[in-house]
Amino acid sequence: MQFGLNESQEILKQNARQFFGGECPMTHVRHLAENKQPYDPALWSKMAAQGYMGIIFPEKYDGLGLGTVELILLMEEAGRALLPGPFWSTVAVAGGVIDAVASDAQKMRYLAPICRGEARSTLALLETGATWDLADVKLSVSGGKLSGEKLFVLDADVADFILVAAKSGVFLVEARAPGLSITPMPALDLTRNFYAVQFKDTPAEKLGTRTNLARALDIATSALVAEMAGGMQRVLDLTVDYAKMRKQFGKPIGTFQAVQHKCADMYLETESSRSAAYYAAWALEHDAPDAATATSIAKMYASDACRSVGNRGIQIHGGNGFAWENDIHLYYRRAKASETMLGDATFHRERIARLVVDSVSTAGCSNDRSSR
Amino acid sequence: MDLNLTSEETQFRDELRSWLTANVPTDWAERREESLESRFEYLRTWQRKLFEGGWAGVSWPKQYGGRGANLMQQVIFWQEMALASAPPMANTLGLGLIGPTIIAFGTETQKTRYLAKILSAEEIWCQGFSEPNAGSDLASLQTEARLDGGSYLVNGLKTWNSYGWVANWCELVVRTDPNVPKHKGLTVLLVDMKSPGINVRPLRQITGESEFAEVSFRDVRVPIENIVGNVNQGWDVAIGTLMHERGTFGAGLQITFRRNMERLIELAGQLQRNGKSVAQDPLIRQKLAQCYAEIEIMRWNQMRAFSRISATGVPGPEGSIQKIFWSELNQRLQQVAQELLGPYGQLEAVSPHSVDKGTWAYGYLRSRGNTIEAGTSEIQRNIIGHFVLGLPRSY
Repeated sequence: MQFGLNESQEILKQNARQFFGGECPMTHVRHLAENKQPYDPALWSKMAAQGYMGIIFPEKYDGLGLGTVELILLMEEAGRALLPGPFWSTVAVAGGVIDAVASDAQKMRYLAPICRGEARSTLALLETGATWDLADVKLSVSGGKLSGEKLFVLDADVADFILVAAKSGVFLVEARAPGLSITPMPALDLTRNFYAVQFKDTPAEKLGTRTNLARALDIATSALVAEMAGGMQRVLDLTVDYAKMRKQFGKPIGTFQAVQHKCADMYLETESSRSAAYYAAWALEHDAPDAATATSIAKMYASDACRSVGNRGIQIHGGNGFAWENDIHLYYRRAKASETMLGDATFHRERIARLVVDSVSTAGCSNDRSSR
Repeated sequence: MDLNLTSEETQFRDELRSWLTANVPTDWAERREESLESRFEYLRTWQRKLFEGGWAGVSWPKQYGGRGANLMQQVIFWQEMALASAPPMANTLGLGLIGPTIIAFGTETQKTRYLAKILSAEEIWCQGFSEPNAGSDLASLQTEARLDGGSYLVNGLKTWNSYGWVANWCELVVRTDPNVPKHKGLTVLLVDMKSPGINVRPLRQITGESEFAEVSFRDVRVPIENIVGNVNQGWDVAIGTLMHERGTFGAGLQITFRRNMERLIELAGQLQRNGKSVAQDPLIRQKLAQCYAEIEIMRWNQMRAFSRISATGVPGPEGSIQKIFWSELNQRLQQVAQELLGPYGQLEAVSPHSVDKGTWAYGYLRSRGNTIEAGTSEIQRNIIGHFVLGLPRSY
């Protein structure tokens, strides 16, 4: 048993850190956010040249054919850099869903351009009830046309096509399709945007049934947890640096145990989130029997941890942490958005209870172990 | 990254598992009510059985009678022991802490004299580290040893000695030079507990039991050949011992927590409240799920840490998160058990109404010690702050 990265995984992670450090510094993130630019096309092309867009997809669709573990290492570094824009929605969510539900011809048409960096996409899942339970998806398709509304759709205005979860399966809507309108839902996170997406007799192509959707969303969830862990690591680093440098009462504030112990807790929660993301990714990649449970555990833990790491980080920064010019609030905003994305801790605790409590305490009432 | 066991690891596990299936006594749990002494003799017999089967001292090198198991095999050992509900071994400290210390720092004569009898449980060991005025600040300890002819004269008071009441020998940390900085005047001695001048008083603890003792030393003579390591370099030896404290044993603890969790889930399904199963109560479900999740994360954190130690060879200060994680988690788990069971959770074994022979009432109290013993949570957070994150020392 070896729960560490192998050499090529280490190299991938180090390269990604260098890449994002050089190509996506905080000044750039801030510039995009303050100018309301949802993403940087030049950076997107450079990421595609690295093969990042196709990292987990088969080579026949121009992907790299690597595993879920490699995806989350990349996401961790993207999270550390607070990469703005539709990388997660395009690759970890939409690409993963296409790969899981669509036909070979559809993958050639939609997944391959994603892998080559030519297309961006996203998944429209939530409706007015804003619940992450797939059973609550009400939108229906009749005669190949969609009518209705999806909310909290990430990155919709830069998507070349939008995947739509409907009652009868997963559908695809082209960005220029008639009857499609996209309006911003301005929210806390300045580096990744929500949109309301309305359909009025909008033609939609069916990609497949919802059978494999839960597992695809689990992979996307593990990637999100890794991104959150990367963000937590950055907040911890910023905070520890600040605690070493900032002096009060003639000493660095990091000398005081009240500050040290908060930093220690941030470290514990960051490391634990990372352990959980890595384990979930490995379990998903190997179809381990506890893969769904592990994913929910990871998202549950990281959802609470990213908030509390951010709280402590800002607290230790004092007034400086409350200032617009300090980068920490940009992470704090993303943390809140990620906390609720694909289900917050309460949602995932209930899912864990369905998977591990109900299977024991209500014998005979069998559960679909992949239910979300 | 490969989380499956290798074929050698599987072979090791299977061999151990079949040995345990054939040899683990099944009546340990029923002996809660017996005297401490009779329970201890039971554990001594059990350790001897393990020793004869070649399973005592798995981590010890073969040349000293151990099994020479690598780190992952040690992890498997503790996991399998817990899975088999095996009783603990009588000489826990001798096997886990003091034997490894003698192997690392002792002379050949000391190794020949002490090690075999630790393995066979013929001689039981305790540690004389903490004092009434030296707990977290261990290096400030005041028990002194003065050279007097060919031996040391030891005077002082040690406290919270696990197994102090039954031990034959003690790994004792003493001050041999009061005129140098506190870490630099300490020496480690091996002390025969039958030496004149030693007085042992059991310490009654929060649970009503006496796992620990207070040991006083009054002009106790210890021959100089009983020094471990060098004079005034006892701090390094003591830290070497304490590093073993955060070893692979935690892997077994994780399994124990997991089994407690499974039992709680089972109980939740059986209990009825407000006309429905407690397992259907949304708040209890949230709490059960939270505990279940944390127990899994404890395992994943451990697996990452063990893999790192396997690769680098040394346990690092980042091991402190394991101690904080398991101790605080166990306290939360015990509290959830109390909420689940209501007043039944408080019943002791003797009550005919008690649940699981009073396990939960006992566990609730015993877990309070978890964040104190083997380095308080505050000290662990200091270690992370200073040694892992590089913050300035706070004291």
